[in-house]
Amino acid sequence: MTVLVWIAEGTWPACVDAARAHAREGAEIALLHVRGDDVPAVAHGAFAGLLGRGQPEDDPGERLTDLGADAAEELLRAAARRLRRPCVRLERHGHVEREVVAAAEGAELLVVARDGDPDRLGPHSLAPAGRFVVDHAPCPVLLVWPAAAPALATLPPHPPGHPAPPHPPVPPANPPRHG
Amino acid sequence: MNTPLLEALSAVLLVAVLAGAVLRPFGLPEAAVAVPAALVVLATGALPLDQARAEAARLGPVVGFLAAVLVLARLCDDEGLFRWCGALMARGAPAGGHGGARRLLGAVFVLASLITAVLSLDATVVLLTPVVFATAARLGVRPKPHVYACTHLANTASLLLPVSNLTNLLAFSASGLGFTRFAALMALPWLLAVGAEYVVLRRFFAAELVAPVAPASTGETPEPPLFALATVGCTLAGFVLASALGAAPAWAAAAGAAVLAVRALARRRISPAGLLGAAALPFLAFVLALGVVVRAVVDGGLGELLGRLVPDGTGPGELFAVAALAAVLANVINNLPAVLVLLPLTADAGPGAVLAMLLGVNIGPNLTYAGSLATLLWRRIAHRHAHDVGLAEFTRLGALTVPAALAVAVPALWLSLLVIGG
Repeated sequence: MTVLVWIAEGTWPACVDAARAHAREGAEIALLHVRGDDVPAVAHGAFAGLLGRGQPEDDPGERLTDLGADAAEELLRAAARRLRRPCVRLERHGHVEREVVAAAEGAELLVVARDGDPDRLGPHSLAPAGRFVVDHAPCPVLLVWPAAAPALATLPPHPPGHPAPPHPPVPPANPPRHG
Repeated sequence: MNTPLLEALSAVLLVAVLAGAVLRPFGLPEAAVAVPAALVVLATGALPLDQARAEAARLGPVVGFLAAVLVLARLCDDEGLFRWCGALMARGAPAGGHGGARRLLGAVFVLASLITAVLSLDATVVLLTPVVFATAARLGVRPKPHVYACTHLANTASLLLPVSNLTNLLAFSASGLGFTRFAALMALPWLLAVGAEYVVLRRFFAAELVAPVAPASTGETPEPPLFALATVGCTLAGFVLASALGAAPAWAAAAGAAVLAVRALARRRISPAGLLGAAALPFLAFVLALGVVVRAVVDGGLGELLGRLVPDGTGPGELFAVAALAAVLANVINNLPAVLVLLPLTADAGPGAVLAMLLGVNIGPNLTYAGSLATLLWRRIAHRHAHDVGLAEFTRLGALTVPAALAVAVPALWLSLLVIGG
């Protein structure tokens, strides 16, 4: 059984730390990076729009594919260094969120970082890719904050029209003593 | 042959030329279909020889100008101009900071707009886009918004100067405007269209741009390529000077390219064959041949047909109509044939109409990501790019930016025409 860690630009250190903290001793850890094929495809399309100016080897789509592979390798190397545990590195490309879900088949745990706006909690802490992975993952998901988790005080107020619970949970003034 | 038959023949040949450019059978260059088609047009008399000669005389200097700009951009790359641009962008967006991705996008907008305007959209697509991607990767930010910005700005930011886009070069020679006047009239539309792109892209990629930036490795900062920068600066000054003296600005581009070429050849950084390759000679032949075939079709009746769709006058309404027609045509075929078709029709209506057409053909292609619907459909049919997953997203983005950019650029052009005068 494998603990799969989704390594994405910007948010990966939190995932690596969570994997180190939560993967049980002896569990296999796999670091996964997925490149979106849409980015090279868009550059290739722009080149096709030039109608043959420039040689075929000038195609920026090809260049971006190569550069993307190098960047992914570098990112996974950095992640493995941070993990400081034996691990497998997986490089995939295609439709990012679908590739992540497919790779998670049979995994013991999938570690994912919130990929949305870190300044706006609530429904925006997940971007579409993160939302898709959480919704469709075929295994348990460990969802972590890219930085420190927010304090409880950041909770929004109760929406109007919904009465507050009758007994707000207050910590007891004098905790019972044992002994 | 009788006239209707010849008209039909030229139309069929034009379709064949465009199909050849899109399908590229056996990987043949675009010119492989276009040049024989042009010869057929001449042999059958579908276009009288003296008119073909006039068309070639008109297009010749334009393709020469384009070749000089292409060579200039390539040699600037060899001098390290684009690597240096990458370092500038990275410095604008320090790694590890919050909001680094947004600052990188700002830097990409500034540099891609300038590079496109001065060294043409080809330079942005072929030379700057990989640098932008590599910079994003080095900073540890998601590359998508920055690469999309590059491809969009290659089109939208190509409004400013005659050298920014082949479409501009073609229109410039027909409009009778000087280099400086062209730039002065297009400055405000260029600025506002790029601004509209920025506003839309910032919102569209909001989630991708706020993700925190991981600390990344810092590369060494290359030396500024002073020789290339000075040459490009002198070339720009040469454009203005040539325009003031009534000389062809193509000479300034040729001089700039020659200076860098001599230096590169002397230092053995490029071979004479490499220099010829950078000039894209088969493409230049394609443009000439396409021009001849389009001329035959336009003279044969298409011009009359479209002439009814092109409104006269330079009011904001008429300018909008011309820009919209041009944008649609550029998306259906490609903006190069679209310009060749629309140019004779708009040139009669004055420089205002020509510039409005340029707004349409330059901004419009952002709607279809391969430059035209024809290319796009073929790519879909051929299934050669089964992973074109960004298609829906790119089209959605284009559906937002193209109307937004046109909505600000057309009134800006109208205002510029009013203040500066056509």
